[in-house]
Amino acid sequence: MAHVIRIGPYHPLQEEPASFLLTVEGERVIDIDVQLGYIHKGLERLAEQRTYDMVPLLLERICGICSATHSINFCHAVEDILGLAVPPRARYIRTIVGELERIHSHLLWVGLAGHFIGYETVFMWAWKYREPVLDMYEQLTGHRQNSALPQVGGVRRDLPEQAFPEVRRTLDALDGQVEMLTGAVLDDPVLAARLSGVGVLTAEQALAYGVVGPTARASGLATDVRADEPYAAYPELDWKVITRSEGDVFAKAVVRLLELKESIGLVRQAMEKLPPGPINAGPLHVPRGEGIGRYEAPRGEDVHYVRSNGTNMPERVKVRAPSYVNIPSFRASCIGQTISDVTLTLAACDPCYSCTERMAVVRDAGGGSEITFSDLVRLGREKTLRIARELGRKPDLDLEIG
Amino acid sequence: MAISTLLLRALKKSPWVFHVGTSGCNNCDIEIADCMTPRFDVERFGVRLVGSPRHADVLLLSGPISRGCRRAVQEAYLQMPAPKVVLLVGTCACSMGIYRDAYSVAGPADQVILEVDRNARLVYVPGCPPKPETIIAGVVKLLEALA
Repeated sequence: MAHVIRIGPYHPLQEEPASFLLTVEGERVIDIDVQLGYIHKGLERLAEQRTYDMVPLLLERICGICSATHSINFCHAVEDILGLAVPPRARYIRTIVGELERIHSHLLWVGLAGHFIGYETVFMWAWKYREPVLDMYEQLTGHRQNSALPQVGGVRRDLPEQAFPEVRRTLDALDGQVEMLTGAVLDDPVLAARLSGVGVLTAEQALAYGVVGPTARASGLATDVRADEPYAAYPELDWKVITRSEGDVFAKAVVRLLELKESIGLVRQAMEKLPPGPINAGPLHVPRGEGIGRYEAPRGEDVHYVRSNGTNMPERVKVRAPSYVNIPSFRASCIGQTISDVTLTLAACDPCYSCTERMAVVRDAGGGSEITFSDLVRLGREKTLRIARELGRKPDLDLEIG
Repeated sequence: MAISTLLLRALKKSPWVFHVGTSGCNNCDIEIADCMTPRFDVERFGVRLVGSPRHADVLLLSGPISRGCRRAVQEAYLQMPAPKVVLLVGTCACSMGIYRDAYSVAGPADQVILEVDRNARLVYVPGCPPKPETIIAGVVKLLEALA
């Protein structure tokens, strides 16, 4: 006998509202439906009422975690219309800002994943190591997350080079911390047993759903805009695309943890090689035309489309955020799982609703709930505890069940 | 001492917070979560995020109130036991910020709350996003303002 369980839209663990309808038979999930639209904000319309100089500042507020992503990508789309090559120094500055953002976003995810399975220690660690990243961001750009740097044709302000030695020291310390965290997560037998084989998305399914970013790379697809259609300073720097073939939650965690290392290297190299010269192309007039921007956000490929009618404001701005294509893959990865694994699988593609919901359809929020999200998390944590006992290990976690 | 004064004093000792991300950009929400992590650790002061409005003393709103979640916010406020306080974190929650002209926004957060409770206590923490230190300062002001 099948039951329908509604989770959300407000549940205590994800900060953003989204509603999931799980159809279950016993403990097994046989269908899942996602309802979004609680935080539709109409940002694309607002962008059409602002000048090209103002829009990057607005689009930074699409999403707090990917702020540089959306503003830089809008610039990519407009620069596509202009056929403009950005000055080298601006390309390097964009790389530094973008990679720092990737580091703090991935650390945030690692922490949340730990939280979902009851490893509060991992949560606290990851978020503690995230703080110095925000400090670096603040030292370099003046703000913890919204840099306000990207501008069509380059960047608005230069980076203060006197802050570089301090940033390098912080990066060195972070390198060791990330290594420790990666080792601790990868060597833990309980985590391996808990995460392996959970929420598997095969390479075929990943292709069929068109997933992007770490979600695709964990399923063995080497897709990364930074390598496929290089922008900023990536072609001139030494780094590699991380892939894993398993497609489960563990693989997604491994991909993100190893990418942290790559990103730290990228920031270091970009600071080392930062060329002198102008930081933007000066005042521009955007002619009639259409442009596409692509950018590898921490969650995957982000696409911006801009149509210009020759005035000082864009006629149409369209954003396709990475979570928008990653969220439907829940159908492939959650069906057949037990309820205790659902939260983890949902979290594994790091869905970001702020990015996704500019265009989602608003549906009715009514309907009673039979089980709360905290119940689901409790189930997820109990499974961790069970596995720890089976492995004969004292669970190192402070499992607050209930 | 009146019962209400006593209750307010008790609330000051360890305010429990129910966080509703109304339709912000995530930035404030993350800074709020940051307050819970080792560097800031507001749990030292007894501040906790709780999973249900029925357990909460403080309703924390971040972001403008979108049409999609307006009713949910009002319901959450009404479900909280008195005495209760509303903490508006971020410029969008305080004054709608960049969303002032957006078609999707149902109105300023304070108005949405005042519609269901004329005497609601509101505390504003502006910033885009406010740093964790600012949020903590806001909570301290809130506690000072109570009884």
